Amino acid sequence: MRTCLVVDDSSVIRKVARRILEGLDFQIVEAEDGEKALEVCKRGLPDAVLLDWNMPVMDGYEFLGNLRRMPGGDVPKVVFCTTENDVAHIARALHAGANEYIMKPFDKDIVTAKFQEVGLI
Amino acid sequence: MTPLDYEYLRKLLKDRSGLDLSADKQYLVESRLVPLARKAGLAGIPELVQKMKGGAEPLISDVVEAMTTNETFFFRDKIPFDHLKEAVLPKLAQARAARRSLRIWCAAASTGQEPYSIAMCIKEATALFSGWRIEIVGTDLSNEVLQKSRSGLYSQFEVQRGLPIQMLVKYFTQTGELWQLNADIRGMVQYRQLNLLNDFSQLGTFDIIFCRNVLIYFDQDTKANIFGRLSKMLEPDGVLALGAAESVVGITNTFRPYPDRRGLYQPNTGAAPVARAGLSPVAMRAVASAAR
Repeated sequence: MRTCLVVDDSSVIRKVARRILEGLDFQIVEAEDGEKALEVCKRGLPDAVLLDWNMPVMDGYEFLGNLRRMPGGDVPKVVFCTTENDVAHIARALHAGANEYIMKPFDKDIVTAKFQEVGLI
Repeated sequence: MTPLDYEYLRKLLKDRSGLDLSADKQYLVESRLVPLARKAGLAGIPELVQKMKGGAEPLISDVVEAMTTNETFFFRDKIPFDHLKEAVLPKLAQARAARRSLRIWCAAASTGQEPYSIAMCIKEATALFSGWRIEIVGTDLSNEVLQKSRSGLYSQFEVQRGLPIQMLVKYFTQTGELWQLNADIRGMVQYRQLNLLNDFSQLGTFDIIFCRNVLIYFDQDTKANIFGRLSKMLEPDGVLALGAAESVVGITNTFRPYPDRRGLYQPNTGAAPVARAGLSPVAMRAVASAAR
């Protein structure tokens, strides 16, 4: 079973994402900020990361930079999932190595479509 | 909704649009027409039917539109567009190298996501089609959806279903809460209102026809008639794309499967000729019965 790391400081969003992704046959690991997510990745890289942008301690953008610099860190597919819905943020995320981008609010169809798009389903 | 109301709506929709509702689709009618009735200041479907029986033509058009408008999204089902990029467009680019033009028809364009997806595929294949005349025609029964198509404006939800984020950034401009397709992509598509039950030969011939997820709502005889007329609209080496749940098998011999590309078909040049003009559903059934 493939693993997906869900990184968001909102426990509600993590719960919604978990329910959707478990329905898509992913095993879920949760982290509430970028720093904790990085610790998870050091123990073992997931297949996918669903990543919020604004979080305390370390935000999603900084986490992504750190992840991509890790050995093998270019492998996980990273899908941003954020309220930052403007072109500038999207372009910045893609430049930093994000594979896809979900603008909140989202639903199951959108998550499925985006995960399909990057070849995770 | 009484059984009589449902029968009235079924018959009207069949005659006006070819939509063939089975006896168990009351839920679909209720989910789409109750909001429409309320919008018109009516209590529910019985009152809506009563007003329609009184000859309220604009209301009847609204009912037909509400029942025949289907949800769609960019690059729906993905595979037909992969076929387009990998096989159909490269082959036609070679075959039309002297003519340097392509005509493509989306026969059920709905809110425009399909013709615009094709336009973006062609734009991405600039090496193949630089300097070509590309004409994409999008048709639909509903004027309301065609208006939306022409605007090229989509909500955040709509642009997130099927559209890769790189293409959103490349081909759309954010306008407040909405996203608008850039003028160069919009300019590749022309829209026209069209009922597939009527004669469509005036559109001319095409290299590619997308007719996806619309014929499933028609009965077998109507499908056979439309397939026959579609085959006359395609160049002999042209391609017809159908929806994932659709096929020509057992319905018509005017098309044959495109080799190794599921959902694509080519005209069967050896098939018996069919009427070119559109027929009423009643006349179509009579023709089909006589042929058996």
